[in-house]
Amino acid sequence: MGLKALDYETMNENVKKVQYAVRGELYLRASELQKEGKKIIFTNVGNPQALGQKPLTFPRQVVALCQAPFLLDDPNVGLIFPADAIARAKHYLSLTSGGLGAYSDSRGIPGVRKEVAEFIERRDGYPSDPELIFLTDGASKGVMQILNCIIRGQGDGVLVPVPQYPLYSATISLFGGSLVPYYLEETANWGLDVNNLRESVAQARFKGITVRAMVIINPGNPTGQCLSEANLREILNFCYQENLVLLGDEVYQQNIYQDERPFISSRKVLMDMGPPISKDVQLVSFHTVSKGYWGECGQRGGYFEMTNIPPKTVDEIYKIASISLSPNVPAQIFMGLMVNPLKPGDVSYDQFVRESKGILESLRRRARIMTDGFNSCKNVVCNFTEGKSLLSTGHSKAFVFCDFFSALLLGYHTGAMYSFPQLRLPPKAIEAAKQAGKVPDVFYCLKLLEATGISTVPGSGFGQKEGVFHLRTTILPAEEDMPEIMSSFKKFNDEFMAQYEDNWNRSRM
Amino acid sequence: MRRFVIGSARNLIESSRQKYQFERSILSSPYRFLSSSPAADSPSSSSSSSSTMAHPVSLNTINPKVIECEYAVRGEIVTLAQKLQEEIQTKPDAHPFEEILYCNIGNPQSLGQQPITFFREVLALCDHPAILDKSETQGLFSADSIERAWQILDQIPGRATGAYSHSQGIKGLRDTIAAGIEARDGFPADPNDIFLTDGASPAVHMMMQLLIRSEKDGILCPIPQYPLYSASIALHGGTLVPYYLDEATGWGLEVSELKKQLETSRSKGITVRALVVINPGNPTGQVLAEENQKAIVEFCKQEGLVLLADEENVYVPEKKFHSFKKVSRSMGYGEKDIALVSFQSVSKGYYGECGKRGGYMEVTGFGADVREQIYKVASVNLCSNISGQILASLVMSPPKVGDESYESYSAERDGILSSLARRAKTLEDAFSKLEGVTCNKAEGAMYLFPRIDLPEKAIKAAEAAKKAPDAYYCQRLLAATGIVFVPGSGFGQVPGTWHFRCTILPQEEKIPAIVTRLTDFHKSFMDEFRG
Repeated sequence: MGLKALDYETMNENVKKVQYAVRGELYLRASELQKEGKKIIFTNVGNPQALGQKPLTFPRQVVALCQAPFLLDDPNVGLIFPADAIARAKHYLSLTSGGLGAYSDSRGIPGVRKEVAEFIERRDGYPSDPELIFLTDGASKGVMQILNCIIRGQGDGVLVPVPQYPLYSATISLFGGSLVPYYLEETANWGLDVNNLRESVAQARFKGITVRAMVIINPGNPTGQCLSEANLREILNFCYQENLVLLGDEVYQQNIYQDERPFISSRKVLMDMGPPISKDVQLVSFHTVSKGYWGECGQRGGYFEMTNIPPKTVDEIYKIASISLSPNVPAQIFMGLMVNPLKPGDVSYDQFVRESKGILESLRRRARIMTDGFNSCKNVVCNFTEGKSLLSTGHSKAFVFCDFFSALLLGYHTGAMYSFPQLRLPPKAIEAAKQAGKVPDVFYCLKLLEATGISTVPGSGFGQKEGVFHLRTTILPAEEDMPEIMSSFKKFNDEFMAQYEDNWNRSRM
Repeated sequence: MRRFVIGSARNLIESSRQKYQFERSILSSPYRFLSSSPAADSPSSSSSSSSTMAHPVSLNTINPKVIECEYAVRGEIVTLAQKLQEEIQTKPDAHPFEEILYCNIGNPQSLGQQPITFFREVLALCDHPAILDKSETQGLFSADSIERAWQILDQIPGRATGAYSHSQGIKGLRDTIAAGIEARDGFPADPNDIFLTDGASPAVHMMMQLLIRSEKDGILCPIPQYPLYSASIALHGGTLVPYYLDEATGWGLEVSELKKQLETSRSKGITVRALVVINPGNPTGQVLAEENQKAIVEFCKQEGLVLLADEENVYVPEKKFHSFKKVSRSMGYGEKDIALVSFQSVSKGYYGECGKRGGYMEVTGFGADVREQIYKVASVNLCSNISGQILASLVMSPPKVGDESYESYSAERDGILSSLARRAKTLEDAFSKLEGVTCNKAEGAMYLFPRIDLPEKAIKAAEAAKKAPDAYYCQRLLAATGIVFVPGSGFGQVPGTWHFRCTILPQEEKIPAIVTRLTDFHKSFMDEFRG
């Protein structure tokens, strides 16, 4: 008998090609070490509640009541649950067809999609059609559905920012398409230069690739930058000229760190531009309940909104969604609660504000400790936020900030969850990595993990310019652990650099 | 007996694809049956040159494999049902019936089935653990649900139900599930073999993704079948290799048929990679006999096929259900002998928790290198939803004798199962009394799939109406009675035979009305068309 159907040699090559660094070699090694009893500090996934962030009380109360609707009939329910949570639970149950245990429409509960549309309209100032909003099991599922519809084969290319979140590279490989990278400019605060885009498209075309879509991650992951309105206009113009569908990953839209440049949705800019562009450029925007002070990653709730996608294509996307029956219903309720939050005067409002403010303040302090920590290390450079107005906090080198006051007022908030410092690795370290058969930053991150238990993601997992190395950490470890984490990082780093540096006297900056 | 070669099967599928629509059970979102022919989808440069300024995502330019999953979002029968429902709402006497009776929907809680209280108590507490410490909570929740919630939270790192978990699912929950499988089968189960997923569908997609390299790769699928498989195969660009279930032996699965279809497809250059077995059957409701399962295992072993066992529809009122894992282990076959994937979901069974999207697959018999790849694919989507994961562990470890909730739990469970059995029996008897209708027994699932011999004149009338005869029957039935069935042509069937699928899920008090209306309609339909 020859090979079995699922021997490694006979499995789908596209699967093998997938690289997924967020849960790759580093994560697996970290898990092994954890099993061996070593204390591991996971900073590899933006997973706030895993690192001690408490969920907001109100949404949890509402969903708990929806899970156990029989409580609503109990005369004592008011002893534990506030009146507004009870009212909201009744509201959402009335929108479902059989509670949390029944499949919803494959696109999500119509009433929740309506609340999402109202949120978008409040945000952008333009009406949004609930029929063009699909709820999904997390934003990743939505991205996968849309890319599945776009990619026909390896002749189809998708423009993806580098560094990028590896969901895109992984999904494009899985569906057999071609990733067309465009580089973000680290020296320009990870800005997006349209000339780079043109060059990327030209190169891809030269190779016979039809570039069909462009991904922007705004605010950026892992880079944390926020695109300006002018930049978004350039991008939309570019998509118009090149006939690309724009995939706007806007899952960090509630993670803005400075008030001078608030988040502006691609959709708002598109609408502002007016016809013909506003009627022509195709746009799919993604959002999630996993980020921001919500951080409800485990719920797997998300949505995408389609603009200028023809009805027949929408039907096809609906069909693909239908094969998976429906997104999970509890997360749909979370999404409803996120886009339709409490208002001043509601019984639970004060607590809600207190909790979100607490999370934001702490995130900001952690971001500060981390950035300062990195910048005190040998050969480590954290990007400056030049060109962006900083808060009254002065000239910190942090590119991770949050202004919770303006955030709360606007309904947008927090700081990116990530820090993406550059590592200036000495040639000897690069040589040692080669000897070990590792990419240099993977080599560094593995050593860091072994020495300190800090689990990070090497920059090569996101893509970076050749010869430049980074690591990504989240800023999410518990605040009280932060000083210790940073001092053990510094100790490791400085020893590592010293070990490989000897004759290498290039200055740090 | 086996008159049908693969060619005719393919013709059948092709023709069903072109002509007929199939009502997807739920979601008012009907499918068409899928083509088994590969998509003509090589991304030729000509079709994608930038000179054609078609939008990047218009129907002409999207992935043809997507279009290949023929599926009408608003299928005729469900659309008609929705229209009738609206008419009844605005004008109650518009039709000779007061309500639409949904027998097409595999979505029990949307039809009034109540969830199991204990499961929901635990889920509510896990969603809002802040109340676990409060004394008032004890007045609202059972003591064992509080205890169980603590146990589960302790299995979750940081007690964080709002965190992404391990991409295979929370380890402690997988331990519980593995222990449940072990208790069920009497053979060990390894928690590392379990991948928790958002319902069973993503698990099926994942396996198809791994198996299918091109249209040259074939997957053996039963006809009639649940369209998830055909949809997933088409989406991943493979070829569906159909095999027929034998209605005469209660939808039996004969290995001789498998062999024949395997050989035929091999002679056409198709590499058959896996065999899908749905046990208990959907839509056919049969439970395979253990001997039959052994022969299937042997077949897969000899032919080097991955056995994809959809084992989610278990109700088992009569026959005892045996998992394929148990059967293969009892034959002495271990990890090295057979590659086996078992799919499970929380949507079926007495709990019917469709909206939770909980499910898992147990993956055995693969090398470590392949397992790593499965893990990688799972990790791209980060993890499945935690609430669904918790529920998947709860259904594998319900309250035990002596627990405070045991009595209410078992009363709820038995109430649902015995009511389902009564409903199945009543409907089955009613179908069997109809002229020209023969009905299988609902042995282990929530469906009946009666065969209907339609008079020549009815078939002619259907042709004139440009419908499949069974779709025509179902449409007439709906218009006359408000009863919604799914025509068999949506699942595939032996050419010249006609069926419909009826769930046994409508609430028990509605069953007599269904029987009366159906019986009256059928009689007048047959009177109208009888030779």
